[in-house]
Amino acid sequence: MKKGLCLFFIFVALLIVFPFFFRNPFPRHLLIMIMMYAVMSIGWNIIGGYGGQVTFGNAAFFGVGAYTSSVLLTKAGLSPWTGMAAGCVSSLVLAFIVGYPCFRLKGHYFAIATIAIGQIMMGLFMVWDFVGAAVGIYLPILPQSFRNFEFHATKLPYYYIMLAMFLFAIGVAFLVERSRLGYYLRAIKDDPDGARSVGVNIRRCKLYAFCLSAVLTSICGTFYAQYVLYIDPPSTFGLMISIDLCIISLIGGLGKLFGPVIGSFVFIPLVELTRVYLGSEGQGIDLMLYSLLMIAVAILRPQGLSSLFARGGR
Amino acid sequence: MEIFAQTVVSGLLIGFLYALIAVGLTMIFGVMDIVNFAHGDYLMLAMYFAYWSYALLGIDPLYSLPAVTLALFVLGTATYYLLIKRIINAPMLSQIFVTFGLLIFLRGLAQFLWKADYRAVPHCLLSGSLHVSGVYIGLPQLVAAAGAVVCNGLIFLFLKKTRAGTALEAVAEDKEAARLMGINSDRMFALAWGIGIASVGVAGALLASFYYVFPEVGGNFGLIAFVVVALGGFGSVVGAFIAGIVVGLVEVMSGYLLAPSIKFIVVLGLYLAIVVARPQGLLGKA
Repeated sequence: MKKGLCLFFIFVALLIVFPFFFRNPFPRHLLIMIMMYAVMSIGWNIIGGYGGQVTFGNAAFFGVGAYTSSVLLTKAGLSPWTGMAAGCVSSLVLAFIVGYPCFRLKGHYFAIATIAIGQIMMGLFMVWDFVGAAVGIYLPILPQSFRNFEFHATKLPYYYIMLAMFLFAIGVAFLVERSRLGYYLRAIKDDPDGARSVGVNIRRCKLYAFCLSAVLTSICGTFYAQYVLYIDPPSTFGLMISIDLCIISLIGGLGKLFGPVIGSFVFIPLVELTRVYLGSEGQGIDLMLYSLLMIAVAILRPQGLSSLFARGGR
Repeated sequence: MEIFAQTVVSGLLIGFLYALIAVGLTMIFGVMDIVNFAHGDYLMLAMYFAYWSYALLGIDPLYSLPAVTLALFVLGTATYYLLIKRIINAPMLSQIFVTFGLLIFLRGLAQFLWKADYRAVPHCLLSGSLHVSGVYIGLPQLVAAAGAVVCNGLIFLFLKKTRAGTALEAVAEDKEAARLMGINSDRMFALAWGIGIASVGVAGALLASFYYVFPEVGGNFGLIAFVVVALGGFGSVVGAFIAGIVVGLVEVMSGYLLAPSIKFIVVLGLYLAIVVARPQGLLGKA
């Protein structure tokens, strides 16, 4: 345990000093993306990994987070930080509306329902004129400041904001893992009937986990909108985003604290590098690679890559 | 009134095809409790096979239908022996990830081999439309619907009237008991995958006469197949047939009454309403 804690602090220290050694925009951008996907996958892992409820619809919260803050900024001039909080509230409402009825469903039915919800959200935003429909929203270029959540000269502030979010997400997952909720979720995953028979309120546990998942995904949505300064339905509600979160959690290790982190550090560089090196010629090869990885891990090593390190004593 | 008749006819025609696509999905689920997330993407492969046999060999989709069906049957059984066999007793999470991985793989393969272009067979044997008392009926759509009905009927007869069919139903009912009766459940699973995917082959070849082919074409059809199967009850062949028609009608009606751009939202909303209110579907066992 102590060894694990030491490793963790070394890891965080490396992340803090990373930008001083890598001054080019690309490595910084890569790390921001890795951490952003790690945050969302940690969120996915709480409901999907610990609780065993596979959702293919978490991009809905990413989209809601991105759209809420962007709409509040463009229509009401509110700071994106307020927008981020408002996005969390909207995502919580959505999580509740979706989760309350859907958590009655088991396994496959739930997974398909989440695809349906993701696609419905995408479809609604594609036709909703007030939020720009298929065109999306271009965010105004404001003077750079922390309040405006815009930095044009360098990606450095984005990097540290994301790092803070990353540590926050790990903290949330750590608390969940140690809490009663974490034990209940694992019990629900392994044996729902058994959990119910000892008095676990299954639906409430799943809802709590789903809400945490929604919040972690939603803040990333706001961050992404401010980082890219342009959003449209496919880039925020796209099914591939939801799928990426599953793949990352799966290859890292379902229901493991650092599973999504490891998964993200393996998967996102793979994505970015195949994009850079294969370009448009290799269109599709990247998808084939991930899917083979996904299938291989699911069949051969369902406990994920983090189990490779487990012998070290964690 | 004529417009109403027109939407009903269009809804029925597409509904029969939905039913055919969903039958394979529901059969695989019924026999082995595995949801094939890649179902729509086998449809995409079938459409590409039909397209290329036209583009390269000049064979009309209607004539290549038997070959496409056979190819998909072989693909289905191969998928079973190579992949699905390994996860029959795996946790459900692994099953979901494997068939979902298959979905991404097939889409990636299609993008890589055939690029993201939209393709269509330009001069089909079947073209034009009939005009019956104010209602237009596209000839390829009509033939596709008729083919779908015939194929659905054949699958139903196969399950009820042949030895292999009853053996398949026996395995679906109780794997252990079926084994005691001397039924090789492994071969039955392979057969379910073969027929389930072959039925998508028929649908794909029929669709190729009048629908664009592109790597993501399976996405929407796959989702609709899930809606149909959920509505009809997982594992119910008759349920899938009825539900296919219902979904076809709902889609076309909502496109006409509300707006074409949201007809898909309505169909997916229908799925949510059904699974929440009646998880076993219309004809499914509780």
